[in-house]
Amino acid sequence: MNLTLKIWRQNGSSDRGRMVTYEVQDVSPDMSFLEMLDVLNERLILEGDDPVAFDHDCREGICGMCGMVINGVAHGEQRATTTCQLHMRHFEDGATVTIEPWRAAPFPVVKDLVVDRSAFDRIIQAGGFISVPAGSAPDAHAVPVPKDDADAAFDAATCIGCGACVAACPNGSASLFTAAKITHLGLLPQGQPERASRAKAMVEQMDAEGFGGCTNTGECTAVCPKGIPLDAIARMNADYIKTAAK
Amino acid sequence: MTLSWTVGEPIKDTKAPSGPIEERWDTRRFQAKLVNPANKRKLTVIVVGTGLAGGSAAATLGELGYKVKSFCYQDSPRRAHSIAAQGGINAAKNYRGDGDSVYRLFYDTVKGGDFRARESNVYRLAQVSVNIIDQAVAQGVPFAREYGGLLDTRSFGGAQVSRTFYARGQTGQQLLLGAYQALERQIAAGTVEMHTRHEMLEVIVSGGRARGIVVRDLVTGEIEKHLADAVVLATGGYGNVFFLSTNAKGCNTTAIWRAHQKGAMFANPCYTQIHPTCIPVSGEYQSKLTLMSESLRNDGRVWVPQRTGDDRTPADIPEDERDYYLERIYPAFGNLVPRDIASRAAKNVCDEGRGVGPGGLGVYLDFADAIARLGRDAVEKKYGNLFEMYERITGENPYETPMRIYPAVHYTMGGLWVDYDLQSTVPGLFVIGEANFSDHGANRLGASALMQGLADGYFVLPTTVGDYLAGSKTFGDVDQADVAAAEAAVQQKIERLLSVDGTRTADSFHRELGRLMWDYCGMERTDESLRKALERIPELREEFWNNVKVPGEGEGLNQALERAGRVADFFDLAELMCLDALHRTESCGGHFRAESQDEDGEALRDDEHFAYVAAWEWSPEGPVLHKEELEYEYVKMTQRSYK
Ligand SMILES: Cc1cc2nc3c(=O)[nH]c(=O)nc-3n(C[C@H](O)[C@H](O)[C@H](O)COP(=O)(O)OP(=O)(O)OC[C@H]3O[C@@H](n4cnc5c(N)ncnc54)[C@H](O)[C@@H]3O)c2cc1C
Ligand code: SF4
Ligand code: FES
Repeated sequence: MNLTLKIWRQNGSSDRGRMVTYEVQDVSPDMSFLEMLDVLNERLILEGDDPVAFDHDCREGICGMCGMVINGVAHGEQRATTTCQLHMRHFEDGATVTIEPWRAAPFPVVKDLVVDRSAFDRIIQAGGFISVPAGSAPDAHAVPVPKDDADAAFDAATCIGCGACVAACPNGSASLFTAAKITHLGLLPQGQPERASRAKAMVEQMDAEGFGGCTNTGECTAVCPKGIPLDAIARMNADYIKTAAK
Repeated sequence: MTLSWTVGEPIKDTKAPSGPIEERWDTRRFQAKLVNPANKRKLTVIVVGTGLAGGSAAATLGELGYKVKSFCYQDSPRRAHSIAAQGGINAAKNYRGDGDSVYRLFYDTVKGGDFRARESNVYRLAQVSVNIIDQAVAQGVPFAREYGGLLDTRSFGGAQVSRTFYARGQTGQQLLLGAYQALERQIAAGTVEMHTRHEMLEVIVSGGRARGIVVRDLVTGEIEKHLADAVVLATGGYGNVFFLSTNAKGCNTTAIWRAHQKGAMFANPCYTQIHPTCIPVSGEYQSKLTLMSESLRNDGRVWVPQRTGDDRTPADIPEDERDYYLERIYPAFGNLVPRDIASRAAKNVCDEGRGVGPGGLGVYLDFADAIARLGRDAVEKKYGNLFEMYERITGENPYETPMRIYPAVHYTMGGLWVDYDLQSTVPGLFVIGEANFSDHGANRLGASALMQGLADGYFVLPTTVGDYLAGSKTFGDVDQADVAAAEAAVQQKIERLLSVDGTRTADSFHRELGRLMWDYCGMERTDESLRKALERIPELREEFWNNVKVPGEGEGLNQALERAGRVADFFDLAELMCLDALHRTESCGGHFRAESQDEDGEALRDDEHFAYVAAWEWSPEGPVLHKEELEYEYVKMTQRSYK
């Protein structure tokens, strides 16, 4: 199939950026979206043009490195799918596809489709951990964890830190990401001692990074490749209010 | 022309204490010199890589009070390739009471590695495995649990006990997030300084010791130097030399190859693991291969049609016209035979013309029986995300039609040579995780890489680095001329790559090199194929340096330049891999020399001549081979049999 691509090109954070149109021919339906961009980039290199910069690594939907807004939707219209796992069989021959970076003030554009998501790391630094130095742990069976709690903690822990939730949110909120970690650790007995301080520190860091507040639009879960549910945010708020009240 | 090589002095590990094997690690820990806490703050340790090995090491060294500098090429340490590991992590907890023990895990690993690993190292790995699970659980890693609240386990290829702990199909992700969170905690505490989007391009060796690294800031393009008292490489495996592999796109050999050229010996480069259960190639544009966790082999049955050229749909092929070849040939282990055996068996049936799917390069992995026996829900619970991933990539629904799988390059057992302390032949340069050669011999068992990475990073390295750093008073100053030379070498290479301005992209060279390696140095190797490769690689490399086109400039983000630099190093490594494979005329583990097989077509070792680690020293005149003889005091060397 043949496609028209409209791709955001921006040479560094000080450049204003613009959409540039490219035609791509002979796209195979079995290609992944990124493979389609690889083919374009190979051509651009040989034609002496600057290839399109985009982040990616594992290409199997788990590292969280890839991410583009495709036709206005973070990671594209296919549900529960990262950009790298999106395949061209979902596009129609002759279609026009727009491709843009995550847009959010705390995620400045580095180049083209590459953004700086280090704010997420700083949110984790604020409290997204359990303090247990190597070698100090008790036997793993010392504390049984009810299966349902363990499973629910796992579900929240599957967040890949891609940032699609922020890109999709009209307020540019990082609530889903932050809440996923708070939920994961807060559901486990091991996470209880630091539960209150964790929620407080992480929420405050999130605000300090300039992410917006949550108004429950639900756009985040709709694009989340891992299906992190909205009720994680309710949990985060409850933990946060508890500490704030103290 | 074949690369000329010579044999040098034998090499030996001098760090493992003698005495009963179960006491060696305790003895070494007791002997290891300690650094007093006030001094730790003054000592800098560089850790390159933030996967399970590097992430856990950097966090732990930070906890101990060292000044740590951590580097990765991704935008966050959480994205290291360890994140992609699916199936699980082994540990000799014997929670099931099914007869597991440290000794059995040790035994299985030595045997699984086809008697090409060091006993002392493997025993320690098995010992430490139990601490890893404790550590991970305490960090909040949400392993799968049973209704009683205790940890669940599964069995994995090459083992008859159930010792693999898992977190659905995302064990690597969950373990890495545990290490990452510990690392972020240390970053917040100020003990670790994190440098993301930085690629290491050179080691600084001064006064005979590793004293720092040269990196490129991938965002600004700036070349920076970082000095330290010890350098730890945790940069992962080099499977991407084959272009198509299950590794992440950025996985590379650059860090360890540069260290190799600076004096670190490279051990067993030819030991490559081909994973039997990957999604087959679909077209020319293919950029990577996706693994389907081998845990699927617990419940899936592997088969091909009995008849060659049978192109009926799988549903139309009746039971008695199917060949469940693993169950037929290996009745004891059936679908759970080790990876190398499963991979070669798949290649054999495809070579016979019985392969399925496009190009006949695939075999079925069928869940119909499991679904009938356990119910669809139970199968979904266990493998749901893997089935989804398969469907997303192929457009086929594995609940209804069998998966198609084919072997793909997955893991590299070879790597930089290290002693029991995980120190390379360059003093002060430590190598951990997949980047070293240490524990898996010629074949790694499933779920043992995560175990090794975390054993190295949380438990072994922090002790042994301390022993080395206790002598730091005698290290002396870093000679600025050595630093300048390392920086200049990096600068020159970048300028050279940018100046060729030819007519082919780096990726096109990489694809060609990968194809060549797969054909000539892949699942099956022969004297003839390896000689062909050794003739072709230098030609291709020369063409690369004369005809590659790298756009843009050294400043700023230039992903094409990053790739070209990695491809350049892959050429050199590929040559050494082929040479190593050529010189090892026996078959062992993942290294199958067609000339060395028994009457059933199984790999035939030659212990008399090859029971050694091949440690290659780099020299401008050609590689020098140093042999480390392997002695087996505990596990008797036998021909592996999984029948
Ligand atoms: C798809 C897949 C599934 C797997 N499943 C399992 C499993 O179920 N069980 C199991 O035990 N093993 C499994 N493995 C193997 C296992 O995941 C790896 O061997 C292991 O995670 C490697 O960890 P590591 O820390 O050594 O390296 P990696 O996790 O690869 O980390 C390498 C790090 O080095 C950095 N780096 C590399 N080069 C440079 C450079 N030049 N400059 C700066 N930084 C650099 C990277 O940024 C990264 O942080 C699997 C592997 C794959 C590919
Ligand atoms: S919550 Fe979902 S969308 Fe947000 S970072 Fe995590 S995985 Fe991505
Ligand atoms: S590239 Fe890793 S999630 Fe897409």
